[in-house]
Amino acid sequence: MVIEVRKPRPLWEILFSTHHTDVGLLYIITSFVFIFLGGAMALILRAELFLPGETLISDPSVFNQIFTVHGTTMLFLWVVPFTAGVANYLVPIMIKYKDMAYPKLNSVAFWMIPPGAALVWLGFADTGWTAYPPYSILSAPGPAADMWIFGLKILGLSSILGSINFVVTILKCKHPDIPAMKMPLFVWSILVISFMTLGALPTFTAALIMLYTDRLGVSGFFNPAMGGDPIAYQHLFWFTFHPEVYIFLLPAVGMAYELVPKFSRKPIFSYVSGVIALVLLMVISFGSWAHHMLATGMSFTEKTVFMVGTLAAVPMSAMHVFNWLATAWGGRIRFSAPMMFVFGGIALFFASGAGGVLNTALPLDFITHDTYWVVGHFHLMLMGTVTLIFFGFTYYLFPLITGRMYNKMLASVHFWMTFIGSIMVFITQHILGLFAMPRRVWDYIPTPEVLVMNQIATIGAFILGIGMAVFLYNMLKSSASGKPAKMEDPFEIGEQYYDHRRREPH
Amino acid sequence: MSHTTIEWLYVGAVVGVLIWVGAIAWDAERLIGETPEDAITIKVTAQQWFWTFEHPDGTKEIGELTVKVGKVYKFDVTAKDVIHAFNIPVHAVMIDAVPGRINHIWFAPDQPGEYLIQCREYCGLLHYQMRATLIVEA
Repeated sequence: MVIEVRKPRPLWEILFSTHHTDVGLLYIITSFVFIFLGGAMALILRAELFLPGETLISDPSVFNQIFTVHGTTMLFLWVVPFTAGVANYLVPIMIKYKDMAYPKLNSVAFWMIPPGAALVWLGFADTGWTAYPPYSILSAPGPAADMWIFGLKILGLSSILGSINFVVTILKCKHPDIPAMKMPLFVWSILVISFMTLGALPTFTAALIMLYTDRLGVSGFFNPAMGGDPIAYQHLFWFTFHPEVYIFLLPAVGMAYELVPKFSRKPIFSYVSGVIALVLLMVISFGSWAHHMLATGMSFTEKTVFMVGTLAAVPMSAMHVFNWLATAWGGRIRFSAPMMFVFGGIALFFASGAGGVLNTALPLDFITHDTYWVVGHFHLMLMGTVTLIFFGFTYYLFPLITGRMYNKMLASVHFWMTFIGSIMVFITQHILGLFAMPRRVWDYIPTPEVLVMNQIATIGAFILGIGMAVFLYNMLKSSASGKPAKMEDPFEIGEQYYDHRRREPH
Repeated sequence: MSHTTIEWLYVGAVVGVLIWVGAIAWDAERLIGETPEDAITIKVTAQQWFWTFEHPDGTKEIGELTVKVGKVYKFDVTAKDVIHAFNIPVHAVMIDAVPGRINHIWFAPDQPGEYLIQCREYCGLLHYQMRATLIVEA
């Protein structure tokens, strides 16, 4: 295993390596660079909304560019690469294989991220991360939107190559001693999201090409002036990105299954139902995409079908929550940083899930649709659940990667600031939505309630930001001069830690 | 009881709650989905970044819409350039204005006063101030 700081190697050796731990490390470091960049964007947005009118950003189109790049960055350059990084580290260890099935392909998949990211960041488009036509065809200035399209194409290709690699590694390179129903649930979650990526992403890839030729004016797929239909793009887009929502979520679910039993010192309550819930969700997630489009003027039958499809995905998430709580119930729980983050994540998962059910119920959807409720809802999921659990797992992997222990006090501070910050920002945004504040606005009507809640949200965002600064300091300081970790059982939970004596990277 | 059985019983309870939520939502949506026959049709056209309303007698209003208490109105909503969304928050009227399509929604104002009409789908530079006033006369 790479113990980077204890036995430093030259940088180029890591950069040009194809060993799974090196590629994993590159993925993880890249993803952390982008969560800090994307987070800084979010703080600028919140600072602008602290007071009504022009405060920080004088030009609304700059505001529009910032929320576009913030969204694209957080989804494709934070959640996806972090997942790939952790999976690179752990999947070969968990299925007992020497490396990924295709080490060179693995490295290629990683190295597609920097050019994709550069296109998105240098272009700085203003289309929103959804890039709905006709706006993205008629009004979005080039070359920003074109760069965004090509950036996303490259990132999508990277994700498809990575998925192929994970599917082959898990199905073909698994040690014969480990039957499928004995694989850790984290491996199951990676297998499931890899299949989902392969099934979902081609649709968006096609839509991007069509969007690009529409922008060139040679076709009119989505351009009503040329006989096209802009709603067709939304169908293609959400057919990819509703399953993608679960692609973002399920690795966090797998990580929680990894951490909850270990830190509760009890076996998983029901492994079988965990597997069933993951696999069922893989199928059902493809049946609810159009609930993002209920207000586009769909027929009553369509609305009913997609409401049922959406509700059908809820029991699986409920099964996971039940499984975690039942596993922890009566266990000797050790509240180290990883466990604190996982429990915070589960609490907010319940809140965002309940909000999701409310959203699905048809008449209510028209009250919340495209308001700040939606912003609050998906942030509570992506920040409150996914990112919190990712942070927890980062702390859990820290001794494996660096051979050192993080500062426990600072990790606690980081947790409480993130947890309280998330509640202050995202629950408040739910309520702002009920006061009908539209999303993606540079300014708002300052009624007393809306003003106060925007200010609470901004203060919460800065608490989150300070927590992230504490985290950054802790990571840098501890990997340079933290206490050496006891590598057999660094968290003193009486469980075997991951094997850190893998053969030297090639 | 085995752990898997307990889990399935719990899932059964969750499914029951969801069916209940789905059923009442479906029923409410069915009721509000039908436009009353005596509705007065108003054509709503969205464009960057203002609203145009056209009454059945051909009179047009820009940036404000005058209606009367006790009447039922049906909106034919469309857009000229990009996608917008026609929203009257107090009446929970919300439908996308899509170029090339005409979407329908109805409402019946019951209290006189001035209310907000706003755009709720991102439509570019001045999306944040794409508003109009709904004037309900007694």
